[in-house]
Amino acid sequence: MTDLLTADALAAGYGPVPVLHGVDLSVAPGTIAAVIGANGAGKTTLLRTLSGMLRPTAGRILLDGEDLRGTPVEQLVRRGVAHVPEGRGVIGEFTVEENLRLGALWRRDRADAARALDEVYQLFEPLARRRRHLGHQLSGGERQMLALGRALVSRPRLLLLDEPSLGLAPRVVAQTMALLRQLRDDTGLTVLLVEQNVRSALAVADQGVVMSLGRVALAAPADRLRDDAELRHAYLGF
Amino acid sequence: MDRFLFLTLDGLSRGAVYAAFALALVLIWRAGRIVNFAQGAMAVAAAYVAYSVTAATGSYWLGFVAALIAGLLLGAVVDVAVMRLVDHRSPLNPVIVALGLVLLIHAVLGMVYGNEYLPAQAPFSRTALTVGGLAVLSPYDLFVFAAVGVVGAALVWIFTRTAIGLRMRAAAFAPEVSRLLGVNVSGMLTLGWALASGVGALAGMLVIPTELGLHPHAMDLVFVSAFTAAVVGGLDSPPGAVVGGLGVGLLLSYVSGYAGGDLIPLAVLVLLLAVLLLRPGGLFAPVAARRV
Repeated sequence: MTDLLTADALAAGYGPVPVLHGVDLSVAPGTIAAVIGANGAGKTTLLRTLSGMLRPTAGRILLDGEDLRGTPVEQLVRRGVAHVPEGRGVIGEFTVEENLRLGALWRRDRADAARALDEVYQLFEPLARRRRHLGHQLSGGERQMLALGRALVSRPRLLLLDEPSLGLAPRVVAQTMALLRQLRDDTGLTVLLVEQNVRSALAVADQGVVMSLGRVALAAPADRLRDDAELRHAYLGF
Repeated sequence: MDRFLFLTLDGLSRGAVYAAFALALVLIWRAGRIVNFAQGAMAVAAAYVAYSVTAATGSYWLGFVAALIAGLLLGAVVDVAVMRLVDHRSPLNPVIVALGLVLLIHAVLGMVYGNEYLPAQAPFSRTALTVGGLAVLSPYDLFVFAAVGVVGAALVWIFTRTAIGLRMRAAAFAPEVSRLLGVNVSGMLTLGWALASGVGALAGMLVIPTELGLHPHAMDLVFVSAFTAAVVGGLDSPPGAVVGGLGVGLLLSYVSGYAGGDLIPLAVLVLLLAVLLLRPGGLFAPVAARRV
């Protein structure tokens, strides 16, 4: 089976400051990959480069075998990639409904877009109750639901998630991770997840990718990273 | 009392034009954080297009429609060909470029049409109708109210009810997130410029026949008044622009009626200074600190 997402010797940075030094990565369809690593390892930069917000200085990104270089950011969602950015990107001035509608605006199939919206409301009942509330009135957990829901209305093949656990109660983090697993099993969604919270990330992931100083230090099955104490000590420090 | 009523209605009619013009400034401010100092010159350019079309066809209304279209196009061109190329890291850059644009537009209009006042036709009588012996509004005033009302309602409808309005607001509030959700952010900015410049052209068409006539500098004082109105209302607030516009119109009407028309430029500047000193965010500014 070909990989859904492949990064091949990917390099990128901010202005003259290089951050990624040749990242190789592949994610099989219908799996969850967790990118873990210390602050400054380049995790967020990797996601921003994958979704085109940062232009790679070298290397290739393949989505289902097709080169993504030169694809404008706003076209990526049409190729089936949804990116929930750092801080979730809920628009505080918009209502819940407007945030969700925005995620489906690009879709030509209006009927299916409306169906996707209904499904999100079923999946996240609190959102249905707070349709008319503004984004900045929501709790952290509700924002998380809104950010995920807004990504899901585009019916993505690949979901890029930047630190979904950030600032959330452990119970909400656990719910989020369980939801990702459910989506993977039920819909075949592929997820690339960037996390500081190594334990929760590895609990749900199929593959663990340890980043260090802008490189992939280790890519291994998540259960091996979880269970092999030696590997864990060496790469994760616990 | 009659005089007060007359000045009030006259002030509201002028104020409606200021409101439209201030709304145009607010539209661009919200879309791209730029105060478009070239708005007045762009509106005059559109009014000259109307003049040419009306002269060629003999129809005021064809000229009117041509001005609105010219306004929309000019706004889009200014964004794509000028503003997009400006480095926005310093907020002063677009301001300086806009001022340069003012000089350019004034010079080109002067070369093509000359620097004399050209007659500007009003489509309706400007003689006030009398109701029970009181001089109230002229048919032209009613036209001004109707035109500004329709445009205001159309803008509200676009921004709150349509998909394109949702995109435009999203692009303004959260450009990066919007791009991730498939919104063509730079296209929305261009559309914002086009809409704003179209509204500005309308305001120019409405106000120029009430002044000395068509001249490259015809909108200079109107721009200052409308800019004051926008600042009074808070540059971020469309309702603020409307209230500010009407307020400035009333104030200037009273000043000119009771103290003399010569004092109008002074009154505008005093008001602008007072607002900037006392409440620089405008009367309608949210209390929250500036977004970073």
